[in-house]
Amino acid sequence: MESIIDRITQGKFWHFHGGIHPPEQKTITSDKPIKHLPLPEQLILPLQQHIGRQGDLIVNVGDKVLKGQALTQSSNPMAVPVHAPTSGTISAIKTSVIAHPSGLSELCLFIDVDGEDTWKTREICQDFTKLSQLEIISKIADAGIAGMGGAGFPTHIKVNAKPNIEFLIINAAECEPYITADDLLMCEQSEAIVDGIKILEQLLSPTAILIGIEDNKPQAIKALQQATQYSEKIKVCVLPTKYPTGGERQLIKILTGKEVNSGTLPVNSGIVVQNVATCFAISDAVINDIPLIRRVVTLTGKALSRPQNVWALLGTKVSYLLEQTGFVSEVIQAKSAPNSPLQNPPVIMGGPLMGFSILNEQVPIVKTSNCILAPSKIEMPSAFDNYSNEVECIRCGQCADVCPSQLLPQELQWSAKAKDHQQLMELNLFDCIDCGACAYVCPSQIPLVQYYRVAKAEIRQQQQLDIKSEKAKARFEARKLRLEQEKIARQEKHEKAAAARKAAMNKKSADGASPGSAVAAALARVKAKKAAESNNTVLPVASSETQSGDEQTEISPVQAAIARAKAKKLAKANSTQAPVATNETQTDDEQTEMSPVQAAIARAKAKRLAKANSAQAPVATNEQLVQKVPVANEVKAEQDGNKKQIEDNETKDNVIDDKKVRIAAAVAKAKAKAKKAQENKSTTEQNEISVEIKQDTTSEKEKNTITEAEEKKARIASAVAKAKAKAELKRMDKAQQASNSNNEEST
Amino acid sequence: MAFWIASSPHNHSQADTSVLMRLVIYAVLPGIFAQWYFFGWGNIIHILLAVSTALFCEFIVLSLRNKKNIRKQLFDGSSILTAVLLGICLPAIAPWWISIIGAVFAIVVVKQLYGGLGHNPFNPAMAAYVMLLISFPVQMTSWQPPLALMTIDLDFANTLSVIFTDFTKEGYSVVQLRTNVDGFTMATPLDTVKTDIGLGLTVFESMEKSIFGENFAVGWEWINFAFLIGGLVLIAKKAIAWQTPLSFLLSLFVCSFIAYSISPDSSASTMFHWLTGGCMLGAFFILTDPVTGATSNKGRFIIGALAGLLVYLIRTFGGYPDGIAFAVLLCNMSAPLIDQYTRPRTYGHQTKDKEGEAK
Repeated sequence: MESIIDRITQGKFWHFHGGIHPPEQKTITSDKPIKHLPLPEQLILPLQQHIGRQGDLIVNVGDKVLKGQALTQSSNPMAVPVHAPTSGTISAIKTSVIAHPSGLSELCLFIDVDGEDTWKTREICQDFTKLSQLEIISKIADAGIAGMGGAGFPTHIKVNAKPNIEFLIINAAECEPYITADDLLMCEQSEAIVDGIKILEQLLSPTAILIGIEDNKPQAIKALQQATQYSEKIKVCVLPTKYPTGGERQLIKILTGKEVNSGTLPVNSGIVVQNVATCFAISDAVINDIPLIRRVVTLTGKALSRPQNVWALLGTKVSYLLEQTGFVSEVIQAKSAPNSPLQNPPVIMGGPLMGFSILNEQVPIVKTSNCILAPSKIEMPSAFDNYSNEVECIRCGQCADVCPSQLLPQELQWSAKAKDHQQLMELNLFDCIDCGACAYVCPSQIPLVQYYRVAKAEIRQQQQLDIKSEKAKARFEARKLRLEQEKIARQEKHEKAAAARKAAMNKKSADGASPGSAVAAALARVKAKKAAESNNTVLPVASSETQSGDEQTEISPVQAAIARAKAKKLAKANSTQAPVATNETQTDDEQTEMSPVQAAIARAKAKRLAKANSAQAPVATNEQLVQKVPVANEVKAEQDGNKKQIEDNETKDNVIDDKKVRIAAAVAKAKAKAKKAQENKSTTEQNEISVEIKQDTTSEKEKNTITEAEEKKARIASAVAKAKAKAELKRMDKAQQASNSNNEEST
Repeated sequence: MAFWIASSPHNHSQADTSVLMRLVIYAVLPGIFAQWYFFGWGNIIHILLAVSTALFCEFIVLSLRNKKNIRKQLFDGSSILTAVLLGICLPAIAPWWISIIGAVFAIVVVKQLYGGLGHNPFNPAMAAYVMLLISFPVQMTSWQPPLALMTIDLDFANTLSVIFTDFTKEGYSVVQLRTNVDGFTMATPLDTVKTDIGLGLTVFESMEKSIFGENFAVGWEWINFAFLIGGLVLIAKKAIAWQTPLSFLLSLFVCSFIAYSISPDSSASTMFHWLTGGCMLGAFFILTDPVTGATSNKGRFIIGALAGLLVYLIRTFGGYPDGIAFAVLLCNMSAPLIDQYTRPRTYGHQTKDKEGEAK
């Protein structure tokens, strides 16, 4: 520990593997002061400008906002708010192209600038040392500060007090060529930066604070040394210029000789690294109550006639900045010379090695944009290439020599091309920091970083799919188990129910009635016979409908059978109207018990029917047209019920036994109702009732497939019913007096 | 306005494979010049033959493989370099078809049939050399003595005549060309030493022969020296890795030094090993071929050391006077395995030993 400090005081540092020395090109802008630009007319603020989540909108279209006013608020620790960089009106909230390598569109706030630049009310903090840690962190969080070096990690999370912080490293290396934004910020604002560092010191209380700065910024080094001369803890470490010294892990290695373990954060090793521009933003936020609304942006490249560093408000469109610095579009040049191929010039956000080319000039400046690079074709021909110069890898190993993570880029490349994900993981693909050193030196001009990015994306996607399929598998297993358990539970239930029914039946037979099963079997036999008969005579019956009464008498056995069943039910309904509603199982028993009586009645009825058929059937169509349909329905329903009973008995299913009972009850109820209605002799009422019956029975019907035979049978039944209705009318006159009192009681 | 979209990094060192190849070709020029000075036009004629054959074969195969941009691949320098290296290795007065067959084999079989540039497991020039040596041992061992020791004047026209007709314009045969004033057929210094030791002479006695000249070997020492210069230039230009030649030369030095210390009578000196045969050419131009060598620094050291040991063993105990080609092929074979076991430790990853300790 002491030795690290000793070494640093002696000016000795460690080395990281590899690294490159691309042309620095920093002098293009390093000798000019940071320029303040006039307010642009419109600002486009993406809601998300950092790693994490976007904040919740708290303004609406048409709202007037003041400079520094929060436009979103964070409900999540990983959310960072954005603020109005100047006063104006929110003109729109819609998706727009943002600063993203893939040219993605995200939700953005459009602010029409009013030009007055009116501040919100601010509270200037005179002495930050009196603030508590919590107050400082909430100030940093409210100011919307995210790492300004490039990644944009929310700062308030990074500085949230953690014990045992050994080193606070201030990254002032700015190792990428062309960029001088931090350099000039340090030259001009060294006091404020040191204030920011002291605020961080108060938060983290590290053992030592190391400012890592490359030796190509002599003025900034001088300014920092002056600003920190009275501070014992802060050490300005001048490092040899090499790309990528400014990489977080590389800087840690150089300054402390430690390596951050793969897959862990520096903070786990007791090290916090903050960018120098972030320190300035922290001091602005804590002391001056200025949220993060502007930053220094290097506008450079040979395609600009006046390259310079500027203070750019967040949300300023790139087109505005390019205008201000005299962007010479090579498209125009190409148009003037028609022979040369027309080509759009690249405009790069960030440096030449890790920056990304932006989609169009509408892209706004965000918290992480440190540079806008507009190179000329002579200066950076490879940025203009619209074809790949890639040739085969000759395994020269130069990429491995320059890799700061000590990977084997050539082997990674083969595995990436072969999509060998397992091998890629073994070669530690995810330790690649995308610095681009390998692709920079590759003599075969293989776009190595691009291959790695694609491979990384594929692996991440695959991992997500794996997680998804794991979840789906777990879900499926759980469902299978649940269904299995339900099935067992159901079986148990059924067994219990069956046992209960059996017990109940046995009890009844013990009471003296005929054994339930025997009765059921007998019933089934009778029913089956009946059904067979009706099925066999379907065709003649159907034809008989239109024929003379003589022929109808010939088929009277069928009708008689049907009529017997009818009569049975009717008799049952008459005799046990009240008990039917209450005791369902009894009816079945009683039905069989009373069968001799019913048979007699049916026989009588059949005789009467035969008579009626011969005499009255032709008349019925005319006289009782209104009654016909409902009655037919009723009969059909009854028949269905009967049919079902037969089937049920045939299958001898315990469960369907219940149904049979229910059907019988429903039929009985319907009968009772029908009877009552007939007594009132109101045709309209009868209609209603028949509809009711129909409804009762349709539910049962749906469960059974109605065969053609059944339909035909129904038609026969309707014919029968026509006659029957008449017969009943007659019978009713007789029966009315006998059953009147009973009916009245039951209702 | 839409901008041109490209993937980072946007800048490039502008290094180019063909530039690299060209640099290596320039670096062998001093050696070729020395060869010309001491042995005449033979090798230059073979180099030209091999280069034209190689380019022709490369063109045919690339066309057959339906490659795009054939011109670029044809002139990327890789096939030219292969042919030049092959031409340098051949005996100066070997017949013309030796270099033709060698070049065809190197380009078509060893390089293109394995997938072309970057995919060949063996060094094409050395594989072709070994093939020729095994298939045509007489022609491939018909080494011409240095011009200074020859009785017959071998100018350009005569050399051409020998290569294409096996006889000089005056009618001298290859065997006659190789016979010195005393009527002995002259061999290479390495061959001579080997034969003499086999005959029971000491190295010291053998060295008295005219072929060795005042130092180690007439001509050969200077040719090797020229290749050494070229190689150092390449290292200075960072075109080749310094690890392989260094470890190769050190290994050869150590082996020969041990042998010489133990038995100076039957062992040639270390400098003799360094400056005869194809030692320097192998060290700086053959072993450093990136395609067939090891990629990690550790691997390069191992490859170099292995090659040095093999060269010494073949020269001393093997059936052939020089063993560079065989040693190189054996090293090519072991390169993937060596690479597998010499992967560098990635940043943030502890070595397995340390992990074990931590546990």
